[in-house]
Amino acid sequence: MIDWVILAASAVKMLIMIAIVMGIAIILTWVERKQSAVMQDRIGANRADILGLRIIGLFQPFADAIKMITKEDFIPPFSNKFLHTLAPVITFFAVLVVFAVIPLGPPLEIAGRTISMQIADINIGLLFILAFGGLAVYGVVLAGWSSNNKYTLLAAVRGSAQMISYEVCLGLSLIGAIMIYGTLDMTDMVLQQSGYWFGWIPRWGIIMQPLGALLFLPAAIAENKRVPFDLPECESEILGYHMEYSGLRAGMFMFAEFIEIIFIAALFTVIFLGGWQIPYLYWDGFHWPWGGMWYLPFWFVKTLEFLALFGKIAFMIYFMILVRWTLPRFRYDQLMRLGWKYLLPLGVLNLAVTGVVLVIIGRI
Amino acid sequence: MQKKVTNITFNPGFKENIYYPEVFRGLWITNRHFFVNMWRHTLNLFGIRTKVRPAVTYQYPEDPRPAHYRLRGRHRLTEKQNGAMRCTACMLCETICPCDCIHIVPGESPDPHIEKFPEEFTIDLLRCCYCGFCVEACPVDAIRMDVTRTEMAGYTRDIILTKELLLGKVKAHPWENWIAEGVEEKAG
Ligand code: SF4
Ligand code: SF4
Repeated sequence: MIDWVILAASAVKMLIMIAIVMGIAIILTWVERKQSAVMQDRIGANRADILGLRIIGLFQPFADAIKMITKEDFIPPFSNKFLHTLAPVITFFAVLVVFAVIPLGPPLEIAGRTISMQIADINIGLLFILAFGGLAVYGVVLAGWSSNNKYTLLAAVRGSAQMISYEVCLGLSLIGAIMIYGTLDMTDMVLQQSGYWFGWIPRWGIIMQPLGALLFLPAAIAENKRVPFDLPECESEILGYHMEYSGLRAGMFMFAEFIEIIFIAALFTVIFLGGWQIPYLYWDGFHWPWGGMWYLPFWFVKTLEFLALFGKIAFMIYFMILVRWTLPRFRYDQLMRLGWKYLLPLGVLNLAVTGVVLVIIGRI
Repeated sequence: MQKKVTNITFNPGFKENIYYPEVFRGLWITNRHFFVNMWRHTLNLFGIRTKVRPAVTYQYPEDPRPAHYRLRGRHRLTEKQNGAMRCTACMLCETICPCDCIHIVPGESPDPHIEKFPEEFTIDLLRCCYCGFCVEACPVDAIRMDVTRTEMAGYTRDIILTKELLLGKVKAHPWENWIAEGVEEKAG
């Protein structure tokens, strides 16, 4: 028997998730422009208007979309047409599908059933993410190779080298967290972070795994190919793997990048920032560690948790855009040195220390 | 004379090689800029402390950057009080022009008291280097360069000022857009 409630709930969750992700990604293009402008003492895009209404440039994404859709979509005659068309689709698919395992909140009880706030409540969530994150390499390689252009091919080689190197660091930095939580399931991971040390330090991943968090962020940004790791893209100087793309296809590469920002922010939030948890907030209100409590209605607590998740994700997005507009690009040798000679040994060290500590406190 | 040379050696150690301390220092600076500027934007929105500018941007067409009073803009020919041209076609400006872009065709003046006047007076703006020598050379203050006329973009290669344009008799030449008019109005 098919459980229709679960099926319907999944469909609704999918729609909501795609709507949220796409919506945020569209707004992100605006946020990135504005935030970088304010950081650099500028004003930023503020001219796009509808009937003279400007609202600080919020219509800029629509103008961009219209520009991209109406642009000539040129497929170079010397390219491999099938793969050339496939590459942006793979990139887009790989970054969108991993949202299936990001939990949007604690499980809900509806009609006697427990409905998890994940689209796919599979217990290998993190493996699923790493596997599909690895798929993104194909988008880069195929885009570079199928364009039949030397520059894009070189960029694709750079890109695949970078992504494969940093995938190692990405996995290693997460294994420490996996050892502590003892699970790969994303919802479980968040629930594991609910306790407190000494009764008042929240047991978030970033406090238990500070080195893991510090290693995860650069590896994830390198996976996303953003500055300072934008060697495969670098549109303006040494040319990127999507040089032969135009119009909506180039837009898909760009859009996939923005979606991956959201994804990395969500992943970091879930693994290291306690997901939807707010310190000292239980199902019936705040229990302060110094005694006393505030009672809050159930729906209010749920809303707070939802808002907390989005607040944390927004903070991480802010942080990533901050990084992107602050740091200069790595040279190729610096990139490889950082990845293999510093991040990787530190990741192994993190792993060893975590293991020793777990043995000492008797969890293994 | 031997210049004093200072050699700065930079040996990146472990701290620089793992990047984190330096990266966070840089992030702190940009982060501070962001929040300081946001604070100023917010204050300005409510009309408080509008003297402190949150951005260095000039909102150009509406709010152009103030020009220096000695800026040399587009040329203009002046007139006498009776409306006749001041220029006596003495050719001094054409002679001194380093870019060879002024072209004057002198003619007999209709006024019996005046010997010559320019029948044609053209300046090829794309050759002009805005040195201002023509203004200095003119003995009768017949040619001037205005501070406010700085917008001279065009879509073609023939941005040539004729006598009518220089005298301001003809306006709305394709490349003389509305911005210049607005700026002139603002400048009074
Ligand atoms: S400004 Fe200089 S270059 Fe231009 S017309 Fe006058 S003399 Fe010639
Ligand atoms: S120098 Fe003055 S008076 Fe002589 S030709 Fe030029 S504009 Fe006319």
